[in-house]
Amino acid sequence: MSTKTIAGVEINVTEDGYMNDASQWSKEIAAEIAKEEGVELTDKHFELIDFIRNKVAAGEGLTLRGIGKSGVVNAKEFYQLFPGAPLKKATKIAGVPKPTSCI
Amino acid sequence: MKKLLILGAGTAGTMMANKMRKALSRNEWDITIVDQFKTHYYQPGFLFIPFGMYTKNDVIKPKNDFFPVGVNVIFSTINKINPEKNSVVLDDGVVLKYDQLLIATGTRTAPEETEGLTGKLWYKEIFDFYTIDGAVALASFFKTWKGGKLVVNIAELPYKCPVAPLEFVFFADAFFTERGMRDKVDITYVTPLPGAFTKPRATKMLGDLLEQKNINIVPDFNIMEVDNDNKKIIDYGGTEIPFDCLVSIPTNLGADVIETSGLGDDMNFVKTDKHTLQQVDYKNIFVIGDAANIPTSKAGSVAHFAAEIIEENMMCAIEGRELTASFDGHANCYIETGFGKGTLIDFNYDTEPLPGSFPFPGLGPFGLLKVTRTNHYGKLLFRWIYWHILLKGKEMPIDSEMQMAGKKL
Repeated sequence: MSTKTIAGVEINVTEDGYMNDASQWSKEIAAEIAKEEGVELTDKHFELIDFIRNKVAAGEGLTLRGIGKSGVVNAKEFYQLFPGAPLKKATKIAGVPKPTSCI
Repeated sequence: MKKLLILGAGTAGTMMANKMRKALSRNEWDITIVDQFKTHYYQPGFLFIPFGMYTKNDVIKPKNDFFPVGVNVIFSTINKINPEKNSVVLDDGVVLKYDQLLIATGTRTAPEETEGLTGKLWYKEIFDFYTIDGAVALASFFKTWKGGKLVVNIAELPYKCPVAPLEFVFFADAFFTERGMRDKVDITYVTPLPGAFTKPRATKMLGDLLEQKNINIVPDFNIMEVDNDNKKIIDYGGTEIPFDCLVSIPTNLGADVIETSGLGDDMNFVKTDKHTLQQVDYKNIFVIGDAANIPTSKAGSVAHFAAEIIEENMMCAIEGRELTASFDGHANCYIETGFGKGTLIDFNYDTEPLPGSFPFPGLGPFGLLKVTRTNHYGKLLFRWIYWHILLKGKEMPIDSEMQMAGKKL
């Protein structure tokens, strides 16, 4: 585990930059991480980030299908908000662990 | 008389009917098993059909051949599970009461979930091989195919037998090489995963194999639609991949009855405690095999290892004791790599597939994460084991709990 100073706060992060402690998260930190990922956060982003944080807090898994059914965005809009690898980017910005796929 | 009701007579349900008929007294317990189909498919065999190695007759037998004496068998679709009332309603309105319920309703492919997948090219130039019809149609297509772009696409996670699509491309490489037309076939493996597999060592090993065999891989691809007119698949990010033959591993969903009964997650897999294998809300319901939403592979080996755990825990539940068995997510998969060779992976919830030997440390005869001839024979031999030992719920010389002995860290 390493630490990183984001928005003036020392944060615990994993090797690939995911926050270890969701309680350290703030909107300012999210905006900083988003900048590194090339994403400019809007209200819609934050609405989805809320959904993601609530899902993870409830111990539920995150999938593209689940996001598409969130009522906030559909899968295509999700890609538009977080271009490239939306689930990886969105979870990183939301301060929750990187989603694992188990098959 | 008390009643044990088993829903689904596939690999998992059939195995459990055999185990529980031995474990429960015939004077005290009635066992009933329900399934909509009369034919049992040896699903691991579907993979071999497109390449002419097996035919339909090699993979089917009547379900009735595998039920023990003393189990009631009902062929019907299942309309609804009412867990509050401890009852199940069948399609014709018949109500079955139960004291213990075992859900083994499996998973099915749902190609209709992807736009355009079942369009005008379906079973003409677009196929699946997870159904008998798809596998047979693809076999006949390959017989006269002149070559072109062969694209193998996994639509969505989770899907059953996670190594089968890799085996498919390995077999395709060997098949077209042996027919002297490999240079005319461009093979591309398109997956929503970030690489060939999930965990680091297996991903590296299998990724290297793809490269050696000149098979392209496109990772992180989440399919949005199939464009039948221009013959390409398109993902949500806008990436397009053209094909001449598309082999799809469609979205997998749990049974519809799980959804209508309110017992599932958003893909109709039953919410299940990953260690006790009990349904999370109802203590007298256990869940086995692909039907469960536990975070391990959807595969026959997992159902086989889970069967011992469920037998023990169900007996605890029946006798009012605390549940003593805990499932570790153990999975064991033979992977065909083509040209008469194969590899093997063995893993669980916490331990990724590691190199080594199996099942006897240092001796094998099977090699983990190694490509050997013996592994291939292991897979072929397995069909006999499946019909004669596994389905009948007999003992196998492999522990249900994953063993670290023989593995190298």
